Amino acid sequence: MFDLKGYGPELAAGALVTIELAFLSLALALTLGLLGASAKLSGNRFLAGFAATYTTLIRGVPDIVMMLLFYYGGQVGVNMLSDYLWEAYEIDFFFQFDPFISGVVTIGLIFGAYMTETFRGAFLAVESGQIEAARAYGFTRWHTFRRVMVPQMLRHALPGIGNNWQVLLKTTALVSIIGLTDMVRVAEEAAKAERMPFHFFIPVAAVYLALTAGSELFIKWLDKRAHAGVVQGS
Amino acid sequence: MAEPAPLICRDIHKTFDKHEVLKGISLETRKGDVVSLIGSSGSGKSTFLRCINLLETPTSGDIIVHGDPIRFTENRKGQRIPADNKQVEQIRARLSMVFQGFNLWSHMTILENIIEAPVHVLKVPKKEAIERAEAYLHKVGIYERKDYYPAQMSGGQQQRAAIARALAMEPEVMLFDEPTSALDPELVGEVLKVMQSLAEEGRTMIVVTHEMAFARDVSSQVLFLHQGVIEEQGTPQKVFDNPDSERMKQFLAPKF
Repeated sequence: MFDLKGYGPELAAGALVTIELAFLSLALALTLGLLGASAKLSGNRFLAGFAATYTTLIRGVPDIVMMLLFYYGGQVGVNMLSDYLWEAYEIDFFFQFDPFISGVVTIGLIFGAYMTETFRGAFLAVESGQIEAARAYGFTRWHTFRRVMVPQMLRHALPGIGNNWQVLLKTTALVSIIGLTDMVRVAEEAAKAERMPFHFFIPVAAVYLALTAGSELFIKWLDKRAHAGVVQGS
Repeated sequence: MAEPAPLICRDIHKTFDKHEVLKGISLETRKGDVVSLIGSSGSGKSTFLRCINLLETPTSGDIIVHGDPIRFTENRKGQRIPADNKQVEQIRARLSMVFQGFNLWSHMTILENIIEAPVHVLKVPKKEAIERAEAYLHKVGIYERKDYYPAQMSGGQQQRAAIARALAMEPEVMLFDEPTSALDPELVGEVLKVMQSLAEEGRTMIVVTHEMAFARDVSSQVLFLHQGVIEEQGTPQKVFDNPDSERMKQFLAPKF
């Protein structure tokens, strides 16, 4: 059963790609989510409108379409920019828009939109008295944000972050369609070549399951820590 | 040169939409004054208190903290706003507030709550801030609870912690916004006792309160507000025993 017909190392390397992709996308999604939520709540019409366009656009388009668009369109965009920079300013700028980068950017952008909504709701759930106390004690806006709003918001946001993370982790499987050699892609090739679909896809499924189960435990632990000082449990 | 008054408010007006909540309130304090603001709900007493530390921006009028007048300007819509946020932050740090709902930061322990503003706003070294916080916790009688979270304590203990947080700023003036109104009746006394001891130490305090006994026995000045104006003002003896205003007489009359 565990004889992977020599595909073992490749599968392991693929799993590593999956994990790297997931964590980098998560970092991007969290950053975009925090920025997006702050923009939506900033009271600045331009920023709020920009964030609203972003979330509406991203959430309305299928993930796979986004990914193809960024992969193929992204390279064309880089090429155009590169040509323009060279012709106009003789600046030599170019980079290969490889599948890994397009994967991170696409997944980060998609889940940044979901995180924006998660964080927005969580910020609104912070009691106004908590923020008022910060203002009354002379905190700057930044200090209020960092020391009061973010830690309190996280309590409300963690369940949502957890959900988004699980979906994100599974969405990484989509990068195999743009040619990134992740775990799914290796398994697909191996299964085709050996004509043994169960033999290769079940271990892949098990790895995803292990990752999601592990993160669920981790998020539970985080949630417990974030709720320090809350007597009635979560 | 004489020390400037801790707080002077001149002709404070505040309008929400078209409704004028404050119609010209003035107040002058001396060091060590305890000013009680009394009046029925909706009289504007809490709004006035919140104008002092600019949680609400007064529509007009001057606020002068220890000789330092707060500067205002107008935004594009013609509304009055503070001219200098740095100045507002500095002034707020000198006027610490105790809220009706305590408003201790629920994700921090009591000790963390108390050192937060001294360390980050006043830039007191952390070690010194902790020593100071512990001294004030002893003073309000909850030192042994310093590592608790607010939600693990009774309302009276939370409010005493909030008073310790206010004291740790070593403020020019302490602002109390109905500090006992959210408490169960049996917990009111422990908070009032702490406040009375602060008054006896000569701290300058402005207290919005429904506790008439406190206003009468502890304050040096009483302001009775009604519909946004000061109806009666003076020493507690004058306001309670010999009021000129009909409204004040009605306010004091037994309700049943």
